Amino acid sequence: MGGAPAASAGGRCERPPLLPRVAATQGGGMLGKGVVGGGGGTKAPKPSFVSYVRPEEIHTNEKEATEKEVTLHLLPGEQLLCEANTVLKCVQEDSCQRGIYGRLVCTDFKIAFLGDDESALDNDETQFKNKVIGENDITLHCVDQIYGVFDEKKKTLFGQLKKYPEKLVIHCKDLRVFHFCLRYTKEEEVKRIVSGIIHHTQAPKLLKRLFLFSYATAARNSPATDPKKHAVMFDTLQDWCRELERTKGNMKYKAVSVNEGYKVCERLPAYFVVPAPLLEEDIEFFQGRGIPIWCWSCHNGCALLKMSALPKEQDDSMSQIQKNFSDRIYRTVHRPPYETAKTEDLSSNFLSLQEIQMAYSKFKQLFLIDNSTEFWDTDIKWFSLLESSSWLDIIRRCLKKAVEIIECLEAQNMNVLLLEDNASDLCCLVSSLAQVMMDPHCRTVFGFQSLVQKEWVMGGHCFLDRCNHLRQSDKEEVPVFLLFLDCVWQLVHQHPPAFEFTETYLTVLSDSLYIPIFSTFFFNSPHQKDMNVGKESQDSQSRPLNLLTVWDWSVQFEPKAQTLLTNPLYVEKPKLEKVQRKGTHFKHQRQLSLPLTQSKSSPKRGFFREETDHLIKNLLGKRISKLINSSEELQDGFREFYDGWHSRPPSYQGLLLPHLEGPEIKVWAQRYLRWIPEAQILGGGGVATMSKLLEMIEEVQRLQEKIEARHHSQEALQAEAASPPRTSGRLSSLFPFALLQRHSSKPVLPTSGWKALGDEDDLAKREDEFVDLGDV
Amino acid sequence: MASAPTSKYNSHSLENESIKRTSRDGVNRDVGETLPRLPGEIRITDKEVIYICPFNGPIKGRVYITNYRLYLRSLETDSALILDVPLGVISRIEKMGGATSRGENSYGLDITCKDLRNLRFALKQEGHSRRDMFEILTRYAFPLAHSLPIFAFLNEEKFNVDGWTVYNPVEEYRRQGLPNHHWRITFINKCYKLCDTYPALLVVPYRASDEDLRRVATFRSRNRIPVLSWIHPENKTVIVRCSQPLVGMSGKRNKEDERYLDVIRETNRQVNKLTIYDARPNVNAVANKATGGGYESDDVYHNAELFFLDIHNIHVMRESLKKVKDIVYPNVEESHWLSSLESTHWLEHIKLVLTGAIQVADRVSSGKSSVVVHCSDGWDRTAQLTSLAMLMLDSFYRSIEGFEILVQKEWISFGHKFASRIGHGDKNHADADRSPIFLQFIDCVWQMSKQFPTAFEFNERFLITILDHLYSCRFGTFLYNCESAREKQKVTERTVSLWSLINSNKDKFKNPFYTKEINRVLYPVASMRHLELWVNYYIRWNPRIKQQQPNPVEQRYMELLALRDEYIKRLDELQLANSAKLSDPSASPSSPSQMMPHVQTHF
Repeated sequence: MGGAPAASAGGRCERPPLLPRVAATQGGGMLGKGVVGGGGGTKAPKPSFVSYVRPEEIHTNEKEATEKEVTLHLLPGEQLLCEANTVLKCVQEDSCQRGIYGRLVCTDFKIAFLGDDESALDNDETQFKNKVIGENDITLHCVDQIYGVFDEKKKTLFGQLKKYPEKLVIHCKDLRVFHFCLRYTKEEEVKRIVSGIIHHTQAPKLLKRLFLFSYATAARNSPATDPKKHAVMFDTLQDWCRELERTKGNMKYKAVSVNEGYKVCERLPAYFVVPAPLLEEDIEFFQGRGIPIWCWSCHNGCALLKMSALPKEQDDSMSQIQKNFSDRIYRTVHRPPYETAKTEDLSSNFLSLQEIQMAYSKFKQLFLIDNSTEFWDTDIKWFSLLESSSWLDIIRRCLKKAVEIIECLEAQNMNVLLLEDNASDLCCLVSSLAQVMMDPHCRTVFGFQSLVQKEWVMGGHCFLDRCNHLRQSDKEEVPVFLLFLDCVWQLVHQHPPAFEFTETYLTVLSDSLYIPIFSTFFFNSPHQKDMNVGKESQDSQSRPLNLLTVWDWSVQFEPKAQTLLTNPLYVEKPKLEKVQRKGTHFKHQRQLSLPLTQSKSSPKRGFFREETDHLIKNLLGKRISKLINSSEELQDGFREFYDGWHSRPPSYQGLLLPHLEGPEIKVWAQRYLRWIPEAQILGGGGVATMSKLLEMIEEVQRLQEKIEARHHSQEALQAEAASPPRTSGRLSSLFPFALLQRHSSKPVLPTSGWKALGDEDDLAKREDEFVDLGDV
Repeated sequence: MASAPTSKYNSHSLENESIKRTSRDGVNRDVGETLPRLPGEIRITDKEVIYICPFNGPIKGRVYITNYRLYLRSLETDSALILDVPLGVISRIEKMGGATSRGENSYGLDITCKDLRNLRFALKQEGHSRRDMFEILTRYAFPLAHSLPIFAFLNEEKFNVDGWTVYNPVEEYRRQGLPNHHWRITFINKCYKLCDTYPALLVVPYRASDEDLRRVATFRSRNRIPVLSWIHPENKTVIVRCSQPLVGMSGKRNKEDERYLDVIRETNRQVNKLTIYDARPNVNAVANKATGGGYESDDVYHNAELFFLDIHNIHVMRESLKKVKDIVYPNVEESHWLSSLESTHWLEHIKLVLTGAIQVADRVSSGKSSVVVHCSDGWDRTAQLTSLAMLMLDSFYRSIEGFEILVQKEWISFGHKFASRIGHGDKNHADADRSPIFLQFIDCVWQMSKQFPTAFEFNERFLITILDHLYSCRFGTFLYNCESAREKQKVTERTVSLWSLINSNKDKFKNPFYTKEINRVLYPVASMRHLELWVNYYIRWNPRIKQQQPNPVEQRYMELLALRDEYIKRLDELQLANSAKLSDPSASPSSPSQMMPHVQTHF
C-alpha cells in the first residue's frame, strides 16, 4: 500500500475535517468543469445528445470555474487509484439532455464523479444525504455492468480493451445509470480510467483485499458504537437464551455452545438452539447436518425449525445409518400425539436459486433505462414485460409459502421443519418472512434488524457469494436477500400501520448491501468473519478489528434524515408499565397472533367448492370426486385460513397476512423507479399525503407544546408569535430519492403510443354511429 | 368459536343512507323488518330464492323487488348478506336451466349488471316463481320497453340542496371572464334550431356573426360547430370543441368554416398557428371521409396544425371493458394477472386518453396556442379530452362543485349521449351504441387523483357514487342524450339531481388531504408504470380483493385533525381562563396530559 493517507485522528465514518483534499483541477490547464447545453433552463431541441462546446471553448471560463474547487472526499483508508479530467456526465432531464464537465476518479472504494455543483442542492436532497456515498459516487461493489459506446453502439466492457469507448455507461446494482462521455478527455486518461474501472470492479478479488479491512484498519482507533444498541447480534449464548425466553420456546428448546470455536462445523454459528432432547453427539455426528435448528416459537408452543440435508450416500449401509439417524432425530420434534411436525422441503418443490437469478436479471433490466425513448418503448408492453420476468410471481410464491407455513403452525398446531441443502438461502427467506408476519416484534426496527442478524447473518447466508462481492462467480450471484426485502415491502405496502420502519428504510437497507464499510453483508458465515477479523486467528498481534454494523444508521444518515426511516403510521404496541410487565408478559405473548378462531364453517362455503362440486357431479362421477377432494384438503385448509384472516379487520399487533391476488403484488416503485425522471410525479404520489400527515403531526406537536407552555409560564404567552405552519414544497413521488429534480412543469409525454389492436381491428375501423353523414 | 365472518358481504351495496343504517345497526336480523324504501318507491313482490354467491356459495334468502330495486336478505343465521341493486343497473336478464335441469341450484335467473357483476338466483321449479320474477324484473328494469316511466320520475326524495342549480352556464362563463373582447355569448341555439344536441347557450368568437355560425354548421357533422369550452385566465388561449368537418371523399371545402377557424386563431396573437387535435387514429379519420366526414387538411386550413391522438372508438372501448370483466369477475386471474390485464387494453386506452388531454392542456398552457378538439361527432372522445384538459388546467374543477359543473357542462349539456351509451331502461343489451365512455373518463379522473392525492377536493367514494348513479336511474342527471330532450321532458322539474344527494352530504365525499392550489397545472404521468386498474371499482364485488377502508394514512390524518381541533379549542379556553384569572395564577386548569386522547403517533 503506497502513500495512503494516514488514518485521521477523527477516524469516524463521517467525513472528518482532516481528510485529504484533492483539487479538482490538475494537469495542463485542462479544466474539469463547465456546464454544457441547457444553460439557463432552456431546453435543447434535440433528444439525442450533442455537445456543442469543445474543450478549447471551456478555457474561456476558466477563471470562474477554478473558484469553485471540487474536492474528492476520501474515507479513512481509501486510496485514489486513477482519474480522468474533462469527463462529461450526461444528465437526462425532461426530454432534453444536458451535461456537466468534471473529473472521474476511481479509488479502492468507489468511482466518483466530481462535477461542478452548479445548482445548490435542493432541500429534500440535503435532507436525505448519505454521508458515505455521495450523489455521484458508485461503490465498486455497486457496479453491475459497464458498457462502452463505440460509434453509437453499446457494448459490454470487460477484460483488456483494444479500443477505448467514447462513452462509458455504468449500470449500478441500486439501478442508477451513469453516462460518462469521454470525447474530450485525453487519450491516456481515458485508457487509465476505463481500464482502471473495469479492473477494479470486475476482476476477481481476494477477501482480504476488501475495502472493509483497509477501512477498519485505518479507523481502528475510532470508538465504534455498541452494535447491541441497534440489534441483537446473536453472537453469544445469552442472546439465544433471551430469544428463547422471549418467544416462550425455552421449555422445549435449548441453546447449545457445542460449536464454540467452530469445532463442529464452519457453516453454523458458534451458538444456536436445538430441541431439548437432542444430544450434543448427534450434532457432531454429521457436522451439524440433519439437525433441526430452531428459528422461532409460536405462542402455542409450535416451532419453526430449519435443517440442512444430510450428504447424499451411495453406500447402502451408510444410507441405512443415515436413515436411522434421521428417524431418531425427527422424533425430537415429532412425537404424536403430543406434538407433530411437518417437513417442508424447500430445495425440491419450491423455488430454485436459478429461477430467482433469472427472474431478477430480467426484472432489473426493465429499470436500467438509458433514455426517454427506451422508457416509452417499453411502456406499451410494460405489464407483459413485468410478467415475463416472473419476479412478482416469485414474490407471490414466497409470500404464499410463508402463509402456508403459518397455517401449519397456527391452525394445525404443528412444528414446521424447513429443509434445504445448506439451510442458508430459502430457509432464511421463508423463515424470516413467516416471523415478520407472525411476530410483531419483527416489525419494529430493532426486531427486524435482530431478525436479519439471527436468520441471515448468523444463519450463514452467503452474502459474499450471493452478492458476488468478490466477483469470483457470477453463477453464485442470486438476490435472495433482496427478494426477502421485496416480500417485506409488499407487506409494508399492504399494511403500513403494522411496521415501525418505512419503505425508505428497506430501500436504503438494500443499497447498504454494496457499501463495504459495514461487515454485515460482506461475509459468507460468522466463521468466515471471525477468522478474518482476527478474533480466531492466532497470529494476529494486535487486537481484533472493529467492523461497523450496518444497523448503526447514524454512520450513513444525519438524525434528520433518519426520521425518514421510521413510520409515522406505526401503531405501537400499547406500552406497559414496568410493574405490570412481568405479570402481563404471557398475555402479551398470546396476543402475538389472532385468537384461534377456527371457524370450521359449513363445507358448502369452501373455496371453489361450488365449481368443483358441479364439475365432479356432472363430469367425473363419484369415484374420482373422492380423489379430488382428498388432494384438495390441504388447499382448503390454507384457503380457509387465508380468507378467514382477510375477512376480519387486520390487527396490526397480531398475525399479519399479505394479500396474494394478482393486483395486490406490486412493483416496489421507490426502489426500482427512483432514478427514472419520466416516472416522477412532481408533487404527487403517496409522498404528498404523507408529507401532509407529517405537517399535521408537527402542528399538533406545536399546539401541545403551547398548551404545556401555558401551564408552566403564563407570562410567556404574550411573547410568543404564531408561527405559520410549515408548508413543504412539492416533492417528487419518488422522494427522498429522486436524484434529478425536474425543474420545469412540462409534462412527460409518451413518444410512442399507438399500435394496432390485432383482433379488434375490425371494430376499430367501425364508425361510432351508423348514420351516414349526408352526401358524399 | 367465533361466528362466521359476517359484515363483509354487505359493504359493497350501493351508497344509500337508508340501507347503510338498517344494515349496520343490526336490526335487520328480524325477518319481518321492512326493506329500505325511497319516497315514491313501491314494493312489487318478494320471493324465496337461493342466491348463488360466486365467492361464498349458495345462500338462501328472500328477494324483494320494488319499482326501483332488487333487495335480497339472507335467511341463514350465519350470514348477514344483503344485496341492494337498483334495477337500472341491470343490463340483461336470462333464464338458466330448463324443466329438465337436474343439478342443484341449476334452475333460475342469471342477471348481468352494468357495473361488472352477475347475479344468479336459483328458484324452485314448481309454482311459476321464476316466470313471475323474470317478468316483474324485466318490466321494471326495462321500463321503456313497457311504456313505464323511469324511476327518476317517480322518485319523491327531498334534499335540502337543489342540485339543478349547481350549473348555470352564464355564471360559469362569467367565472372564466366571458364574454370579453374576443368572445361573446350567443343565444342562437335557444330553441335548439342551430344544433339539436348542443346547449342553448354557446360562446363563439365575437367577430363571427350568427349568419356565419349557420353556414359553419352546415359543414360540421350534426351541426356541432366549434364553440368555446374554456379560456386560459392569463394568456387567453382557448379550448374549442366541435365535430368533424364534412369533407367527404371529394374533399369539399367551406370558406366560412375556414374563416371561422381563422377568427378563432386570431383571438390569440401569441402564436400564429391554431392547433387542431383530432382524437381519432389517423386511419379512422381518413376512413370517415367515406361517410362524408374527415378532417382539416393543412393545404386548406393554412394556419392550423392538425394532430391525431389515436384514441379508439366506442366499440373498441366497449369490448375492452368486457375483457376487463372477464379477468376480474367472479374470479381474479391470478398467475397471469399482468398479461391478462394488458390484453384487455383498458389501461392502454386510458393512457391514450390521458396523453391526449395532457397534450391539449400543455398546448394551451405552455404552447400558448388555442386548440380545437374534435373526433367524429364531438360527444364522446371530445368530451373526454376537453373535460380532462380543463381538469388539468383549472383547479376550480377539482373541487366538488367545480367537478359537478364540469360534468354538467362538458358532458351533459354538450350532448354526450348518456341514454344511448348507458341504455337507461332499455332492454336491448347488445345495442352497439352502448359504450363505457363516461366510465373511462371517471377512471382517468381517478388515475389523476391517485397520482395527485392532495389536488382534489373529492374522494374516491364521490367518483364511485357518480358511477353508481350513472346506472341507477334514481336521479335525472344522466338521463337522455342532450339538453333539448331533457328540456322537453322537463327533467329538472320532474326529477331530482344527483348533486342534491351529494351536496347535501358533502363531508362524506371530501378528501381530507385536499390542498387548494390555484393556478397549478396538473400533469399526470401517462405511463403504464403509474396507471393501475381501479381495483376499488372494478373488483369491488370480490371480498378477497378489498382495499383497506379507510386507508390508514387517511385514518391517522383524521385522528390528528380531530386532535388539532381539540387543542385549538383547549388553547382558546386557556386563553379565556387566563384573562379571567390573571390575578390568581395558581389556579391552573387540569394538567394537559389528562386532556390528550391517546394517538398512535409517536412524537
